[in-house]
Amino acid sequence: MSSDTYAPPLAPAYPPGGRSIFEADARYQVRRGVARLMAVLVGLAALGAVAVLWIILGYVIWRGLPAINWPFFTQRPLPYGEPGGGVGPAIAGSLVLLGVASTIGVPIGLGAGIYLSEFGRGRFADAVRFCGDLVAGLPSIVVGVFIWALLVRHVIGHFSGLAGAAALAIIMVPIIVRTVEAMLRLVPHTLREAALALGVPQWRVVLSVVLPSARAGIITGVVLALARAGGETAPLLLTTLGNMFFNWNLSQPTAALPIQIYNYAVAPYDDWHTKAWGASLVLIAVIGILSVLTRLATRGKKLA
Amino acid sequence: MASPPSRTSSAQTARSAPYNHDNPSDPPDFGTGGTVSLRWGDFLFQTSSVAAAASILVVLAALFVLLVVDSRESLVRYGIAFATSSVWDNVKEQFGALPYIYGTLVTSAVALVLAGPIAVGAALYVAEYAPAWIRTPVSFTIELLAAIPSIIYGLWGFFVLTPVMRTTVEPALQRIFGPIPVVGILFQGAPIGKDLLTGGVILAIMIVPTIMAISREVILAVPPAQREGMLALGATRWESLRHAVLPYARAGIAGAAILGLARALGETMAVTMVIGNSSRAITGSLFTPGYTMASAIANQFTEADTAIYFSAIVEVALVLLLVSIAVNIVARLLVWQIGRGDPAALGGVLV
Repeated sequence: MSSDTYAPPLAPAYPPGGRSIFEADARYQVRRGVARLMAVLVGLAALGAVAVLWIILGYVIWRGLPAINWPFFTQRPLPYGEPGGGVGPAIAGSLVLLGVASTIGVPIGLGAGIYLSEFGRGRFADAVRFCGDLVAGLPSIVVGVFIWALLVRHVIGHFSGLAGAAALAIIMVPIIVRTVEAMLRLVPHTLREAALALGVPQWRVVLSVVLPSARAGIITGVVLALARAGGETAPLLLTTLGNMFFNWNLSQPTAALPIQIYNYAVAPYDDWHTKAWGASLVLIAVIGILSVLTRLATRGKKLA
Repeated sequence: MASPPSRTSSAQTARSAPYNHDNPSDPPDFGTGGTVSLRWGDFLFQTSSVAAAASILVVLAALFVLLVVDSRESLVRYGIAFATSSVWDNVKEQFGALPYIYGTLVTSAVALVLAGPIAVGAALYVAEYAPAWIRTPVSFTIELLAAIPSIIYGLWGFFVLTPVMRTTVEPALQRIFGPIPVVGILFQGAPIGKDLLTGGVILAIMIVPTIMAISREVILAVPPAQREGMLALGATRWESLRHAVLPYARAGIAGAAILGLARALGETMAVTMVIGNSSRAITGSLFTPGYTMASAIANQFTEADTAIYFSAIVEVALVLLLVSIAVNIVARLLVWQIGRGDPAALGGVLV
């Protein structure tokens, strides 16, 4: 940065016997021009970022809507050439996987979040926060490889829904921990103190005073984690593999919506491509609705 | 002597063994002023929450240890050659991951170069220029962009972006930059659409929300006095941003960019669908189909029938893990620096 850029127009802009007032004015015009240009560029950047979303969304809706009908939700994928077929097993499989993943991930995430907000001081808590951030930043494929090596190759011996649910749980936990900690910290200390002053033990204070006051925020964290896990593909591919049939047995490969989209997309048939767009529309609609709901529920609060 | 136990002794027994709550003749004895059962409740509660917190550490440690143990065979057999050789041949049992590492670095770099200016620009717009009624919808839209699953970016990239790149963007780039000496190397060869450049473009779209959301928080955290001082001296709005706000936020914005980079490094499905998945020799050109580490894993895990192949794939994941952890740590240190010591204030759900 050069010093003459900021000089007040009066002193150095008029060297003795030097330039006229019009020259200074011309320089101001340039500076104002640059400022306007940058305002436009910055606005265009924002417009571009927003436009990309609407282009992608619009395209998914345009290509996906023709695939949507009732059998699409209930039927299983059929071999190529047979008319009809849908993503029923994939939707059911995704719901089952998310259900099991929540059963594992929600208690852990909630417990760790409570720990960090209510007890968490000192080195151990810092380590937990740090590692939570690291787990949140892990590439999902690495989580997939971990569960693939651990459960698919070593413990269970084949692809299974259980392995998929475990991978999703690892992805969900850090999101839940972070939201729960932030939300519990928003609960005023006076509430805790009032309860403690009445002689209530701390565990009851947390369970019956703190958690209920932060209920909306906690639900938000869980929903966010579900939305994120519901769209994950790579870790599921490595663990549950996918399935063309309805399967409720968690020890067997299970279908999931993102895997079904991938399988439909990379096949060479137009009809399957349409189904891939349709399945994407379903996935994006569910995730979009969840995102909007959580946004409304936490309006004005700082989500961590 | 068979005398009934005294009240005191029953209390003493009770403290050493759990009460039978179903037996009315054995009422809970609160011992010393009722603190015993209180302590147990708090103890159990605190212990279980500590256990939940500790499980995060355990999983991270287990993940690291298992990846090391399972890649041991390949680690021992190839050593450093794993990262420097570009032969990946499971028939000859030669595994060198250099093309994958190269593909990951190139696509991420392209993504960062494209996404960085746009994301920071959009963040400046939302934080400094936009009227209030525009600010919320723009932020919200960009956050939605972050919520779209990568498979849908992949689908869109596969069917929409790839043809556009092949027929329009890549020939144009070749016309413009091809004849220029050094830069031209990047744009040699037949434009085929499924290549490193397209992978970089789809990654750029995916990391804009990350960089933008964190940059916005960082810019908003710059004290208003920074801006006002410049404006009071007669600076234009851009000058105050350029010389007072951006330097103040520099570390945080760099952190945001690196967090974006971290996301790009590990992204799998979207890249897998547009990058061409071919381990050809490394050329300087962006128009070469390739692999990233993540897409190589996704494409080959079903073929890992031999122990050494399995071990090599796990080692690719281990390299990816180490790179992404290093990048994440650097980014978080940078972001925390400006985050008023409160990591929770920044970053948001996106990170």
